[in-house]
Amino acid sequence: MRNAGPILAVVAAIFAIWYAAVPFMNVKETLTDLERAGAVVVPDTPIERRDASSIGLVLSNSFAIPATYAQARPRLPAPHQVAQDLWKTTVQKNITSKRSLIYHGWITLSATLLGFALGTGAGILLAVGIVHSRAMDMSVMPWAIVSQTIPIIALAPMIVVVLYSVGLQGLLPKAVISAYLSFFPVVVGMVKGLRSPDQMQMDLLKTYHANNAQGFWKLRLPSSTPYLFASLKIGVAAAMVGAIVAELPVQGGGLGNRMLTGSYYGQMVQIWSALVLAAALAASLVLLIGLAQRLALKRMGLT
Amino acid sequence: MILVVLALVIWVSMWVLNTRLANGPSANTRAIGLVVPAIFGFTILAVWELLVRGLNVPLVILPAPSHVLSTFFSEIPTLWLDLQQTFIKGALSGYIIGCGAAFVMAILVDRYGFLKRGLLPVGNFAAALPIVGTAPILVMWFGFDWQSKAAVVVVMVFFPMLVNTVAGLQETTSMQRDLMRTYGAGYWPSLTKLRLPAAMPFIFNGLKISTTLALIGAIVAEFFGSPTMGMGFRISTSVGQLALDMVWAEIVVAALAGSAFYGVVAMAEKSLTYWHPSQRK
Repeated sequence: MRNAGPILAVVAAIFAIWYAAVPFMNVKETLTDLERAGAVVVPDTPIERRDASSIGLVLSNSFAIPATYAQARPRLPAPHQVAQDLWKTTVQKNITSKRSLIYHGWITLSATLLGFALGTGAGILLAVGIVHSRAMDMSVMPWAIVSQTIPIIALAPMIVVVLYSVGLQGLLPKAVISAYLSFFPVVVGMVKGLRSPDQMQMDLLKTYHANNAQGFWKLRLPSSTPYLFASLKIGVAAAMVGAIVAELPVQGGGLGNRMLTGSYYGQMVQIWSALVLAAALAASLVLLIGLAQRLALKRMGLT
Repeated sequence: MILVVLALVIWVSMWVLNTRLANGPSANTRAIGLVVPAIFGFTILAVWELLVRGLNVPLVILPAPSHVLSTFFSEIPTLWLDLQQTFIKGALSGYIIGCGAAFVMAILVDRYGFLKRGLLPVGNFAAALPIVGTAPILVMWFGFDWQSKAAVVVVMVFFPMLVNTVAGLQETTSMQRDLMRTYGAGYWPSLTKLRLPAAMPFIFNGLKISTTLALIGAIVAEFFGSPTMGMGFRISTSVGQLALDMVWAEIVVAALAGSAFYGVVAMAEKSLTYWHPSQRK
């Protein structure tokens, strides 16, 4: 808790910079609106204002500063506008309504969780295979590592369209992409984890006359738990990114879709609130896994 | 049908061959370590090709590798333009700005304990967020051209790079720092002569993670609007036209660019941190 003060200070500084930037980002649109409403602004033609710097415009039209915080479609919404929009679209809307952010958040969250479960399961299975079969290790592992340097997410729109053309739509295509993104971190982490018991421990089990399966269940799997949780945290964040990007090409709703429609119609506030909700979801998923990690490692006596 | 059977035969025989090689007497040599994954990769491609031909899979679901390859070679001018737009203009400039800014910030964070306690938790938190989501906002601010892509890349690589560099700057032991002090070295000499070299492996780790993030950021940002070229633009429009061979060719380019980028950074690491235990053979 010693860090609470500095963290609060940093967060406060971020908000202060944010509030300070709002007039400069929004001044041109605000002046255009005010001029239409009959106010006298300097310089008085839109063309001159377009070429003028925003700092100069704010200084010469300081009466307009309050209005920059209340734009209907700002370039940079003020934090309170985002908060208002979040409140309006989460609490005040029916959660089955398509305007409710909770509805869209749930679409993204369900795809993330399904994909994460699929990807983690497949990743653990492949890691077990790699640890037990030398041929598999040598054939697959280099590719698993190389594939991490490839922007896999570029595949997302294609996977969605291809699965759609074979009749799959809705949750599953998005989950496939999420699974794909969370798969590799889990494989790499689990292979490391399953190999983490040192030779002494393996030898001890051998002196106990333990067979391969017992060695796996009683030594390898338990000692891989810290590695598993570390890669689960990376995996769940990647799964969330996958679900959001996968929602770009489809019209079925979701946070990614909210961002795309927001960018089509210039609704910055909508993008910001979708972004805040996505961040909150990702953060709480990572925190949940962190909590599970602490509980599990404590019960296993590993911390 | 013959092709499908052939695919199965190839799969099984390659598997047997790889098992033999991997469990054979010379399994630990460097050559076998390269040959086995190469055989596996070749098998995947061969099976893919034969299955697509044997089962007459339509182009809109999966093009054969040979088809992708011929598109790749016939479309090299387009692909090269896209690569320049996305990789060199968008990803690379953003990568340099973002990693540079994060490096300077990391030195400040390391210097001032207040920033370390305040900014580092925020940075750790931000590294787990879906930062790709800022793409539509930045595209709206910086326009459709490469500047907005570079901005997305800057935001994406900043926090992983920051966290890694700060962790690296804490790598020195108090013995080493005390030694520097007995030499009469102040803050700057001990930073440049001791702490930065000791941080190198961590800095390079951050740089390597950032290579992939940079490409992802540049490609995804193009999904939100771009000039009529660029890898993300080409992928999304080709998907719309169901020209999947072009999409796959673009993915081949992305894969080549991504691994080359990573490879260059890894080679720089090898030549600069040859003294570190992790590089010892």
